[in-house]
Amino acid sequence: MKAFLMCRDRDFDPQRKLPWNAPALMQDLELNTLFNAMALGDKFLFEVARVAVLSGVSDDLDTMLYRQAVLRDCLKYPAIIRSMYDLAVEAIESEKKIFWGIFGRHPDTILHRAVDVLQMFVGVLKKLRGIAEQYADRFESEGFAALFAMLNRELSDEYFAIVQDHLRELKFRAGVLISAELGQGNKGANYTLRKLEGKKQNWLRQAFAAKPPVYTFYIADRDESGAKALSELHERGINLVANALAQSTDHILSFFTMLRTELAFYIGCLNLHGQLTQQGEPVCFPLPVAPGERRHVFAGLYDVCLSLVLGQRVVGNDLDADNKALAVITGANEGGKSTFLRSIGLSQLMMQCGTFVPAEFFCANVCDALFTHYRREEDATMNSGKLDEELSRMSDIVDHITPNSLLLFNESFAATNEREGSEIARQIVSALVEKRIKVFFVTHLYTLARGFYDKGGTNAVFLVAERQANGARTLRLVEGEPLQTSYGEDLYVRIFGTVAQTRGAHELSAV
Amino acid sequence: MTFHSILFTTTEDSAKEEMLEAPAFFVDLNLDQIIDTITAGKQEYDLKPFYHAPLRDTDAITYRHEVMCDFEARTLFESIKVFAHRMRAMREHLTQAGKRYYKYQKESWFLDAVETYCDAVSCLADDLSRADLESRGFLAFREYLADYISSGCFQALLAETKKLKADLATVRYCLLIKGNAVKVRRYELEVDYSADVESTFEKFKQGVVKDYTVKLTSWPDMNHVEAQVLDLVARLYPDIFLSLDDYCDRTAGYLDETIAVFDRQVQFYVAYLEYIALFKRAGLRLCYPHMVAQVKEVYDYEGYDLALARKLIIEKSPIVCNDFHLQEEKRIIVVSGPNQGGKTTFARTFGQLHYMASLGCPVPGREAQLYLFDRLFTHFEQAENLQNLRGKLKDELVRIHAILSQATSHSIIIMNEILTSTTLQDAISLSKKVIERIIELDLLCVCVTFLDELASMSEKTVSMVSTVVPENPTLRTYRLVRRPPDGLSYAISIAEKYRLTYHQLKERTGS
Repeated sequence: MKAFLMCRDRDFDPQRKLPWNAPALMQDLELNTLFNAMALGDKFLFEVARVAVLSGVSDDLDTMLYRQAVLRDCLKYPAIIRSMYDLAVEAIESEKKIFWGIFGRHPDTILHRAVDVLQMFVGVLKKLRGIAEQYADRFESEGFAALFAMLNRELSDEYFAIVQDHLRELKFRAGVLISAELGQGNKGANYTLRKLEGKKQNWLRQAFAAKPPVYTFYIADRDESGAKALSELHERGINLVANALAQSTDHILSFFTMLRTELAFYIGCLNLHGQLTQQGEPVCFPLPVAPGERRHVFAGLYDVCLSLVLGQRVVGNDLDADNKALAVITGANEGGKSTFLRSIGLSQLMMQCGTFVPAEFFCANVCDALFTHYRREEDATMNSGKLDEELSRMSDIVDHITPNSLLLFNESFAATNEREGSEIARQIVSALVEKRIKVFFVTHLYTLARGFYDKGGTNAVFLVAERQANGARTLRLVEGEPLQTSYGEDLYVRIFGTVAQTRGAHELSAV
Repeated sequence: MTFHSILFTTTEDSAKEEMLEAPAFFVDLNLDQIIDTITAGKQEYDLKPFYHAPLRDTDAITYRHEVMCDFEARTLFESIKVFAHRMRAMREHLTQAGKRYYKYQKESWFLDAVETYCDAVSCLADDLSRADLESRGFLAFREYLADYISSGCFQALLAETKKLKADLATVRYCLLIKGNAVKVRRYELEVDYSADVESTFEKFKQGVVKDYTVKLTSWPDMNHVEAQVLDLVARLYPDIFLSLDDYCDRTAGYLDETIAVFDRQVQFYVAYLEYIALFKRAGLRLCYPHMVAQVKEVYDYEGYDLALARKLIIEKSPIVCNDFHLQEEKRIIVVSGPNQGGKTTFARTFGQLHYMASLGCPVPGREAQLYLFDRLFTHFEQAENLQNLRGKLKDELVRIHAILSQATSHSIIIMNEILTSTTLQDAISLSKKVIERIIELDLLCVCVTFLDELASMSEKTVSMVSTVVPENPTLRTYRLVRRPPDGLSYAISIAEKYRLTYHQLKERTGS
């Protein structure tokens, strides 16, 4: 029995290997903010969100669409989804509370506990089947249809009756029937529990009626060592069945765990959806296209993390970058370049894990790896100079890169003079683009941006952070020619200007 | 050819050639360590007496060389190991039978012992029939074994044993335990209940889960409840258990004496070959020495101390091999040179080589000719012993006197740092007297000394010197070279290190 809500044909693996650069992505794209919004303080939801979002780049287009359909159902019936999730949690939590007993591991205690756990699980499974029965026809997605059909099929009333029979029989009111052979030293071996058909009188009557002899002996009431020996035999007899039953409860537990895990992703999406719609932010289901194509068209794409942090609507951007392999972003400081770059990375990850994206419209090709190359703080270990460090990180990326990767540069290679930095960057970017890798490059390196701009060609798009004549930033990016200045002057005036003014004020008061 | 023994050419030898006590020189030559290592883990065979008994004639040694050569073929070695393993298992079964209290248990263990024995002997006979054998020892044994196997008495034993085992394997019974009552009857194809339970919950199976089977301790002994059950089982299957009783009465003396002796004696070879495998793996050479009794020309190339080499191999340190060759009239090797340079090791090696050769074993070295001695003496420095109430010098002289009075012209003597606790003058004159006596006796001798004067005493002496690395005199090469002792070598090499030798000085000054 499988949940299969995340993939059509396989379990979602919460231990799944994440991309090697997961820590860098977490840091550069502020993913903690996103995951916290999905988790709402629940560690388990956080972990599932983290794995699902970060590992999305290795899922295929089909899986994305499969999840989108499941998520649409979830958005339609959030209460049902949450109650299913709660049932799974209830089963898992109750199992933990069922006591193991204080006498260590004996087949007897293992068996008793397994019977208790199973009894509890049967209760939860019945409730789950109830939901499936009641709502199956309302859900449209393939994932839910399959799950509900499976629950109805596998958890029939007849099946529950068989389970109840076992639970009754495992109390051994009629005694324990064990078969054995002769092992080394003629000691009993291969003790195997046998099914005692019918009632005990029957067995005895049959035994006496039939020819094969039956011999009986009794352990005397005061024979303590005899009683101990008998209970050892009894333990040998039930050892395997105790194991089988305990393992079965573990399997059912892992079914609940799997169900919980797969639902957790959608619960996270519901949580995120709730916050964004409350802030009045638009969301839409993206349109992923094959990795080989080069598409990036969107409207009103905003940085979901910034929006969540601010708790209000933020500026969105539009872009039509179909058939482009390179986007160079320049322009005013504090003009929204980094925010834009982050929104590119976040939307790509969100699309690929199968959820909605923060935009009014979004269409992009799937990438098979996402990399970020951001400027980092000075290396505290003094092992390498800053450019060294940047180039070494670049080299790590190149070790893992594939043609359909998406690579986001944020002010890379600026740790040297402009011309050298530009030249390094030019060589790297040219080579990557020729390898069909999609590159978004935020830079102040005018020589670099200008170089690509002058070279012409149709596979590059140039974006500039918009600045109004008075120096105010709209935080919007528009297509345009790279500029030689980033309007750092504005910033200088803003900061130093204030300082000069306050100093002036002090001087005045001192006089 | 009648088979006597795999170790000895004649039966008389086998009786007398077992020495319980280690010879006196064992400790000095580190032979005690060597033999301990060789026989470690084989205590049950009591092999030491064989290793304490050097052989006296070359044919007896050749007899063993032949057997060893046959062993060098891996397949024979493996066959013997398997045989030994089975014989050991057989003894273990007999021990178990002896320890058991209940009759049917004893009988089962005894039956297992006989089965293992039949198996061991048949397999060995089969292996030997296909082995490519050349040694007199193995050829004779093969013949013996073939006769034994085809004998009617062995064939009957084999058939009867197999039949009983097969019959016992058909015994299947059921126990019904309820309260203090135990019913015993034949098994009647009741369903395996554990499997039934398992299949009921099969559908929940997700992956590997914990094993809840409790490891129930199983004693070889039965408790009285098990014994009662077994007695009832015997009543369920009366024919089988009757023939078991009968079988055990008749076959008590099944073990063939010659085979039992072979099993023990062949371990002499197995132990030694296992011991030298380590050296071979480390790339060290071993060879079958040519034994001489009439001449005293002895040599060994690339020899080494077995005990030391083993230690160095385990520590992964390099091992230095040394050569010696005593031609024509030469009888005495006088070893001098820097301390810790391998002098004592060389002396021990000389002794070990001769001793191991006298056992008929391959010895360290690429090629060797060794002397078949009648007695071997060692004189190593001993800690002062209050018991004998003698001063150190006096004690030494007493011991040397004892040696020289027992030695014959066929003896070998090894002396290490003799007569050190006196003045140089005394030491020289006393030592010379001792050496003169040795020369008179025409003994083969190694004499480690710091007295250069001894090296050139007579035409019977050969001088060997331990050496140092010329560039770094604090490093020993552990190589002994045949050259006259020069007290200078050490000082010269220090000079060389500082480039202050005559030639170096000329060169440096350029004249």
